[in-house]
Amino acid sequence: MKYEAVIGLEVHAQLQTNTKIFCGCETRFGEDANTRTCPVCIGMPGVLPVLNRKAVEYIVKTGLATHCTINPSSRFARKNYFYPDLPKGYQISQYELPVCEHGYVEIVADGKVKRVGLTRIHLEEDAGKNLHQAEGGASLVDLNRAGTPLMEIVSEPDIRTPEEASEYLKKLRSILRYIEVSDADMEKGNFRCDANVSIRPTGSTEFGTRAEIKNVNSFKFVQKAIEYEIKRQAQILDEGGRVVQETRLFDSSKGVTFSMRSKEEAHDYRYFPEPDLVPVVVSRETVEQIAKTIPELPDAKRTRFVQDYGLPEYDADMLTQSRALAAYFEEATKRSNQPKVVSNWMMGELMRLMNAEGKEIEDCPIMPERLAGMIKMIGEGVISTKIAKTVFEEMYKSGKDAETVVKEQGLVQVSDTGAIESIIDEVIKANPAQASDYKAGKEKLFGFFVGQVMKASKGKANPDMVNQLLKKKLSE
Amino acid sequence: MKITKKEVEHVAKLARLELSDQAKDVFTDQLSNILTYVEQLNELDTKDVPPTSHVLDMSNVMRDDVPQESLSQERALANAPDKAAGHYRVPKIIE
Repeated sequence: MKYEAVIGLEVHAQLQTNTKIFCGCETRFGEDANTRTCPVCIGMPGVLPVLNRKAVEYIVKTGLATHCTINPSSRFARKNYFYPDLPKGYQISQYELPVCEHGYVEIVADGKVKRVGLTRIHLEEDAGKNLHQAEGGASLVDLNRAGTPLMEIVSEPDIRTPEEASEYLKKLRSILRYIEVSDADMEKGNFRCDANVSIRPTGSTEFGTRAEIKNVNSFKFVQKAIEYEIKRQAQILDEGGRVVQETRLFDSSKGVTFSMRSKEEAHDYRYFPEPDLVPVVVSRETVEQIAKTIPELPDAKRTRFVQDYGLPEYDADMLTQSRALAAYFEEATKRSNQPKVVSNWMMGELMRLMNAEGKEIEDCPIMPERLAGMIKMIGEGVISTKIAKTVFEEMYKSGKDAETVVKEQGLVQVSDTGAIESIIDEVIKANPAQASDYKAGKEKLFGFFVGQVMKASKGKANPDMVNQLLKKKLSE
Repeated sequence: MKITKKEVEHVAKLARLELSDQAKDVFTDQLSNILTYVEQLNELDTKDVPPTSHVLDMSNVMRDDVPQESLSQERALANAPDKAAGHYRVPKIIE
């Protein structure tokens, strides 16, 4: 049977505040164990949590950037469960009345813009970290992370394919980085994703039984885990079985999901209003003030790049993934006036060199004005596009500008008719058989001669002139 | 009875409480009485009254995002029944 997947994603994003959500302990990553805790975040009796103003500002900002309604009044709740990394025996979260509801994020899927609805975004505190000690049959607990502010962003089950899931996560991450509320770094665990996946016969409008895949830690793995899960569920249904509602984990080395809990000991979190925290009231003025701090977002930028610079949708989408990347593009374009050429260099050579070193655009050794300078030299015929690749690589390595590199390495394009002609003469002389074959009608050999001439000139001959002069010489 | 013995057992399990059979009966009785007492509130018409989440008429008690000193590792772990390598040491967590 043909099936359609129904996917909803829950993302936990760490807010980039200086301190925890309910106390003044710092949220720095990689400190010695249990050196960033206080009576509040380790759950000592009689303490009082006090909400971090910045966390509220950040979640409101996120809600506005994702077209959510900001609830005028929201409140916290206790989610009760027992786990060694949760010192109080409950997590302070939100249940009824989250800060944000009913938003959406736009993704580009199959070349079309698609909206993925957001059910809600709420604030909560993170738990500590468990280390499983091999010997002695014990676990170790570090509570530095306990009380770190998180936003839980819950999507509607609007996602239909693993690719859409990946696009959604990328867009969400991009938005969070644009508005500077979270560095959304998956590797550091600052952006964690759970996927709810079910399938149903194509055309059906009812939901199937869903499996929840927990804590998948890269975009690639989210896609792979969902792909696997869809296949697994389809096989069960095809064999006449029933999908069990359960929590599963993804094993990235085997590419499979597996059941996490043997029997569904249904969660009963017994949520109730947190008596230690008073309601959060977000006034219209506050919302307006925060709205003013939101920069141009990726979707608006993408549209503008297509309209103003005539870039293809694909280029515009790639270049607007981060603010720094988009700013780099705009600066280089302003100085060279050749948007598509800038885009090609950025998405080609620049990304290739930077990805090889795992660098971000912020650390790029070639400043945008220098890329523009090099592009100008190509336009003026000083260097060929081919030579430019060598120049570019050298600029990247040495941090020098294009002019210096060209001068130092003698890479100036040869556009002197006499010089090119003499190279051509030598090439023809060295390949008499090919020359007579060409004259006899084997025109395919033209490319061979171009190659030989370029090689003999060490790539420096002006290719247009080589073409022109070679045609003339070969027909003599 | 407002609450069954089975529900008491369930709640006790969630709270990780081990109750004797006799205690279960006592709590079933007591909890039922409490629920009956609270149920009197249903006599009032609260159609236009927003639910109360907090008894104090306050909102927006917040702090600035300014770091404060944390406990030293030694002090943080001072009450721990067991510790190792700067961590709380707990029975193995089975997943």
